[in-house]
Amino acid sequence: MTESGTGRSQRLVPAQASTLFVLLGLAALALGAALLSIGVGAIPISPLRVIAVLTGGADDPGLARDALVIQGIRLPRTLLGLLVGAALAVSGALMQGLFRNPLADPALVGVSAGAGLAAACVIVLGDAALAAFAVAGPLPFWVLPIGAFLGSLGAILGLYLIATRSGRTSVATMLLAGIALAAFGGAMTGLLVFASDDRQLRDLTFWTLGSLGGASWTKLAAIAPAILPVLVAVPFLGRGLNALVLGEAEAFHLGVPVERLKRAIILLVAVSVGASVAAAGIIGFVGLVVPHMLRLVIGSEHRRLLPACAFLGGTLLVLADVAARLVVRPAELPIGIVTALIGSPVFLWLLLGRSRSFDA
Amino acid sequence: MTRSPTSRRAVLAGLLASAGLPRIAGAAEIAPTGARRIASLGGAVTETLYRLGAADRIVAVDTTSLFPAEAMREKPNVGYLRALSAEGLLSTRPDIVVAAEGAGPPDVLALVREAGVPISLIKEPPTPEGVLDKITTIGRIVGLEDQAAGLAKEIGARFAKLGGTRAGIKSPAKALVILSLANGRIMVGGRNSSADGILTLAGLQNAASEIEGFKPMSDEAIVAAAPDAVVMMRNGPEAPGRDAVFAPGTVLGRTPAAQKGRLVAMDGLYLLGFGPRTPDAARELMRAVYPDLAHD
Repeated sequence: MTESGTGRSQRLVPAQASTLFVLLGLAALALGAALLSIGVGAIPISPLRVIAVLTGGADDPGLARDALVIQGIRLPRTLLGLLVGAALAVSGALMQGLFRNPLADPALVGVSAGAGLAAACVIVLGDAALAAFAVAGPLPFWVLPIGAFLGSLGAILGLYLIATRSGRTSVATMLLAGIALAAFGGAMTGLLVFASDDRQLRDLTFWTLGSLGGASWTKLAAIAPAILPVLVAVPFLGRGLNALVLGEAEAFHLGVPVERLKRAIILLVAVSVGASVAAAGIIGFVGLVVPHMLRLVIGSEHRRLLPACAFLGGTLLVLADVAARLVVRPAELPIGIVTALIGSPVFLWLLLGRSRSFDA
Repeated sequence: MTRSPTSRRAVLAGLLASAGLPRIAGAAEIAPTGARRIASLGGAVTETLYRLGAADRIVAVDTTSLFPAEAMREKPNVGYLRALSAEGLLSTRPDIVVAAEGAGPPDVLALVREAGVPISLIKEPPTPEGVLDKITTIGRIVGLEDQAAGLAKEIGARFAKLGGTRAGIKSPAKALVILSLANGRIMVGGRNSSADGILTLAGLQNAASEIEGFKPMSDEAIVAAAPDAVVMMRNGPEAPGRDAVFAPGTVLGRTPAAQKGRLVAMDGLYLLGFGPRTPDAARELMRAVYPDLAHD
């Protein structure tokens, strides 16, 4: 990575600032965003009542409706935002470190293409499949997320097989094959778009823009086992990725089990991003920009970058969701639009402020 | 989906119980009859509720509720029918949600049901029976059976009269329903679409019956289909100009419709909504294409 060398000497937060301090700050930020997300929404609920519901001490039947909104809708939605945002940002940082390419993000390894294609299949061909098996009614709502999950997993495993020769995985091959697979998936999705009717096309469009709407405890319970491993693994991956920046051979000589590290990262990213996409649709931008924002501010030392990504990714997604819910209430904006609207100007501003360090 | 999954409800109920709060689960089963506050989602649904005189009970509409115009002006808009928000919808405090069957996404509907607000999905087949069924179903849901029966009778009579006029058509003309003309791609209404339904009602053959649903149609296929009339959507007060649509050298300029100058521009919801105004829309279309037919 080009900026890794220069960024280290000129980052905004000096190296002396302890990692703990940075992480505690970011965790506080995430907590603040979560409280905001639980406290505001289309239904006005006063902060006192929110606290009463959260502390669970109130037997007041007058609180029942507020409790339902906070515990049934806002709380799972906020947790889903934190989880998905963290998974996307950490996966982005892992991909950039693994591929030693600043443009890498989960979309690059075919995850989004695979999930998108599978979702298009479910949306466009689902009705026909139901008719063929003479099942009445619309598709069960869990078919789409499971399809998307399997699609992303299938794509990344296919890529892994393509890029692995006699036990060694070439990240360069994987990167290029990922681009080819994404193009192929895009073309197949295009074919399905052509075959779709008006309703299916709109479903597909909204799904592609992502949303945290419809978050529930069941959904959360279903995706948490897929997302938590990547977050738990974070403390164990930093050292290996730091060594990998120097090159695969160099990392190997430093005692890093390079092939095992690659396999672990690919699997963790595939499963967590697949689950994220399944739960919230395709949310671009977080995986690419959150790690870069943090590199510009705290440097690219992976042992603190990765956990920082988890906190900031969750924060950004939750804040974007708050905006998505409030701006056009009682309607709702697709969250993918908001993440890009909030994130890109901030990122550009950071880039402009640091431009001299890139020229060096 | 007519029921929310029990597992999900159980989770929520358990949660509420653990918080020391009364159980709300099961509230979705309450009889909706007499519900005061109605969230009305879908163009034809809103139109029907207004015709039934339930306007003052409507607390929310969606972006497809374009008629009557005051619906969108006076009622909170909860967004697009297929991309609803659970909390947004609940914030309008409806007793019941009456929605066109395409409403969603399904997991949002499940959350709304869990919050104790029943949702009635209204089927929308593009046929006269479908319209009458829609009226009586909505009337039953909101407790306006008598008004609905009256309205269904009135609309049924109009359909019957329309059928009488249609019987007088000697040689049916072929018409092409164009949804959009963007970037030279002509999006048409094929068979099994609401466009096909309204053409049938107006005594017209669908020139795009080779195509299923709403799809782009190739220039050659349009020339080969040789439509006698072109039907287009009018968005707002601006009607598409005959000279522009049938400009010489364009594919539509080579159709028999261009020679006869038969371009019919109608409001999208009026033409394709399959609500209480559908007999009128079909008659207007019929009158435009068969000007010599004995009407009334």
